[in-house]
Amino acid sequence: MNVIVAENLCKSFGSFKAVDRITFEVPQGEIFGFLGANGAGKTTAIRMFCGLSKPTSGKGSVAGFDIWKQPEQIKANIGYLSQKFALYEDLKVWENIRLYAGIYSVPAKEIGPKTDEILHRLGFTSERNTLVSELPLGWKQKLSFSVAVVHDPRIVFLDEPTSGVDPVTRRQFWELIYDAADRGITVFVTTHYMDEAEYCNRVSIMVDGKIEALDTPKKLKEQFEAKNMDEVFHQLARKARRNGA
Amino acid sequence: MRCFTSWPARPGATELNMKQFKAFIRKEFYHIFRDPLTMAILFLLPILMLTLFGFAITTEVRNTKIAVYDPSKDAGTMAILNRMEASEFFEITRELSSPDDIESVFRQGRIGLLVVFSERFYENLVHTGEAQIQLLADGSDPNNASVVVNYATAIIAASQQELISRTGGAMPYQITPEVKLLYNPQMKGAYNFVPGVMGMIMMLICAMMTSVSIAREKELGTMEVLLVSPMKPIYVILAKAVPYFFMSVINLTTILLLSVFVLDVPIAGSLFWLIILSLIFIFVSLSLGILISSVVDKQLVALLISGMVLMLPVILLSGMMFPLENMPWLLRALSEIIPAKWFIMAVKKIMIKGLSYSSITRELLILGSMAVVLIAVSLKRFKTRLE
Amino acid sequence: MKGIVAQNISRKFGRVEALRNVSFEVNQGELFGIIGPDGAGKTTLFRILTTLLLADSGAGEVDGFDIVKDFRKIRQRVGYMPGRFSLYQDLTVEENLKIFATVFNTTIEENYGLIRDIYEQIEPFKKRRAGALSGGMKQKLALCCALIHKPTVLFLDEPTTGVDPISRRDLWEMLVKLKKEQITILVSTPYMDEAGLCDRIALMQHGRLLKIETPAGLAKQFTDALWAVRSLSMSKLLTDLRRHPQVETCYAFGDAHHVTLKAGLLKPEELAAYLAGLGHSDIGVEPITATVEDCFMNLAANKIEL
Repeated sequence: MNVIVAENLCKSFGSFKAVDRITFEVPQGEIFGFLGANGAGKTTAIRMFCGLSKPTSGKGSVAGFDIWKQPEQIKANIGYLSQKFALYEDLKVWENIRLYAGIYSVPAKEIGPKTDEILHRLGFTSERNTLVSELPLGWKQKLSFSVAVVHDPRIVFLDEPTSGVDPVTRRQFWELIYDAADRGITVFVTTHYMDEAEYCNRVSIMVDGKIEALDTPKKLKEQFEAKNMDEVFHQLARKARRNGA
Repeated sequence: MRCFTSWPARPGATELNMKQFKAFIRKEFYHIFRDPLTMAILFLLPILMLTLFGFAITTEVRNTKIAVYDPSKDAGTMAILNRMEASEFFEITRELSSPDDIESVFRQGRIGLLVVFSERFYENLVHTGEAQIQLLADGSDPNNASVVVNYATAIIAASQQELISRTGGAMPYQITPEVKLLYNPQMKGAYNFVPGVMGMIMMLICAMMTSVSIAREKELGTMEVLLVSPMKPIYVILAKAVPYFFMSVINLTTILLLSVFVLDVPIAGSLFWLIILSLIFIFVSLSLGILISSVVDKQLVALLISGMVLMLPVILLSGMMFPLENMPWLLRALSEIIPAKWFIMAVKKIMIKGLSYSSITRELLILGSMAVVLIAVSLKRFKTRLE
Repeated sequence: MKGIVAQNISRKFGRVEALRNVSFEVNQGELFGIIGPDGAGKTTLFRILTTLLLADSGAGEVDGFDIVKDFRKIRQRVGYMPGRFSLYQDLTVEENLKIFATVFNTTIEENYGLIRDIYEQIEPFKKRRAGALSGGMKQKLALCCALIHKPTVLFLDEPTTGVDPISRRDLWEMLVKLKKEQITILVSTPYMDEAGLCDRIALMQHGRLLKIETPAGLAKQFTDALWAVRSLSMSKLLTDLRRHPQVETCYAFGDAHHVTLKAGLLKPEELAAYLAGLGHSDIGVEPITATVEDCFMNLAANKIEL
């Protein structure tokens, strides 16, 4: 079953085609890497998938809901995490979890066990009553991720989640991503670290609003006769004509 | 790329360089002209405020509906009522036939003032030298009520004069009530508000806009780059003050033109001294803005501080809206350090009363020393580093 | 004379120790990288060296000038690009460049040679407001502004953060060119893979410098055996490797897992056999040289034990 379906999806701003007829599908439980240079149209596309903006033309659905007609249902069934943590620094760890569980309307009696489960999974059991502002940066990042999937959404969107994070935490963060994928949560992730592209089941590379390549990292490397994903990315993104947009 | 081995010294890099300074002033004008909100605050707000205060929120009373209970209906009461009817302030809408109606008239709420004459009014006046008029005003709006009563008293007093002359001035009865509105014979609200709005707008533009725009440089990080440059940061700040100084002068002109030609408030005294006074006040406000910007790093905080610390006292404690005489001593003492209070006082003297410059020496001295102290403090507080 | 000298610099913010006894030297004309994650103290270090902040203790020199006493002289000769985009967003590309040229008492023409390569890339957008540029373009403009006065020392605080890999590579190519002009460059980055282009790097975490070395020297000092291990099922591989009694650490590194071993007795074939026994296929085990990231994780782990 596909969690994201995009069919000839377009988004224009005036004469500028930010997203130009993209077509792809993401099955449930997949870790999908969404790569592209700055200005290639990634952010615009993600905004459409999150129900934050309407496409100019084309069809699409996220978690089974139509992106034209059901943006509100989409928002209730997805998780979202960007580089900026959405945690409240002046609240305790468990208060943040409870808050987000409330926001995503997790039933009241499930919030308690859910909180324990998250704390246990992160190894934070002793930090339950710590203020978020006192946590190290990497821990906050991991907590933000758990909070973004507190309602077990069908899909979670991660926008450069590991930017600036130290190498060890970055890897622990990816282990959380694997863990979520194992539980059936689809992960849609953008990153500027090309080694992280290797961790994805499939990777798409966007150039000038179009998806120029989409396959497993292994096949992409074969196709472009490249040593690693970094080379694949450079071969494709170098072709970009629109720059500075 | 070419190679260079020697690094040319840049002579005079730390001194104020006019070219740098001019470039920065130009940059500041770009910021102002490219931001619609700033433009609106600079040019529309003064006009809006002046019109609002001048016309809408006015203490002026026109066409107040009055009711009359006149059991005498003689020459005396007629003289007074005719005068009231003739004035633009009053309109007699009801004549009561019995004193029992008095309360119900007010309950209906359509009446601003009730005039009750005693019986045999003129007769009593001529023979005993004593006649009574009762003025009843709607006290639910005390400000309005007192203004209305003032008008009525003034008209009654004038009528008395007339009656005296009619009887040949032989009677010793009259007490002429003092008309307090010496410098504002028509009791126009704009007379009070023009100086107040001038003070407010100068404060707003100079202090608030300057502090916000300096805080913006800190917030966006450009200040960080400018600090790590040969340009002395204080010139960056001074360059900010220049455009806002010009804007204030333009605004001063607009306000004066508006008040003379639209609100009919003439400049009674010396225009020269009014301008000198305003310039000093602009300097005070600018240095206040710079002082605020030396303590804050965020635009929003600058805005809040200017709003709370500068604008509120200007509105509440400068005597612009509420008379200072009636305030508790603590507030009165506090008002002494509000620059706008002194400015507004002096503007009233020069512009409204038409007094000579010698009458405002005290205000000029106080504002002048405030400017010197504030500029000194903000220069001293100014940091060459981030903290 | 050294380009930059830092001696035992410490700085606290409240209870947080942002820098603890940081010492290093950068030679003139050297490209020196400070590599570390967010919160390591990189920005504080940059601000102290660019005379924006005062250290609690310690001393420093830039181009032979004291960072406290001679701050005005330092400000005349260095170029500084802060971490976040710090140009006027409401001014055009050209206007920004002009204003910064004026700040440094120079003109765009005077030093055009230095910025030509970079400026030519943004010139088509010179009438555009800086706020409307893409991340990569903004960084190029900021670099032009920082170079406009031919600085002798260039401080670049995280110039590549949030910038896509293409623009990152462009930027590093520019830095290598600038180095040839004898400009001393201190650059910080959280991306470990960028370290290879520096002459020397300092690895930084929690306000401390873990190591100062050349990128090649760093790899040489990594004495533990390091293997890259692959199989078809990478996530199962991670758990299985960590369960092996001889495995010290195991981290995902793109298409392979990097494994360090406790004692050097295990042979690659033995590990492959162990994995085959657990049902893995297409197994690859090969000894490799350490990357900067391997070294960083290794050093960071050791420091924590200290």
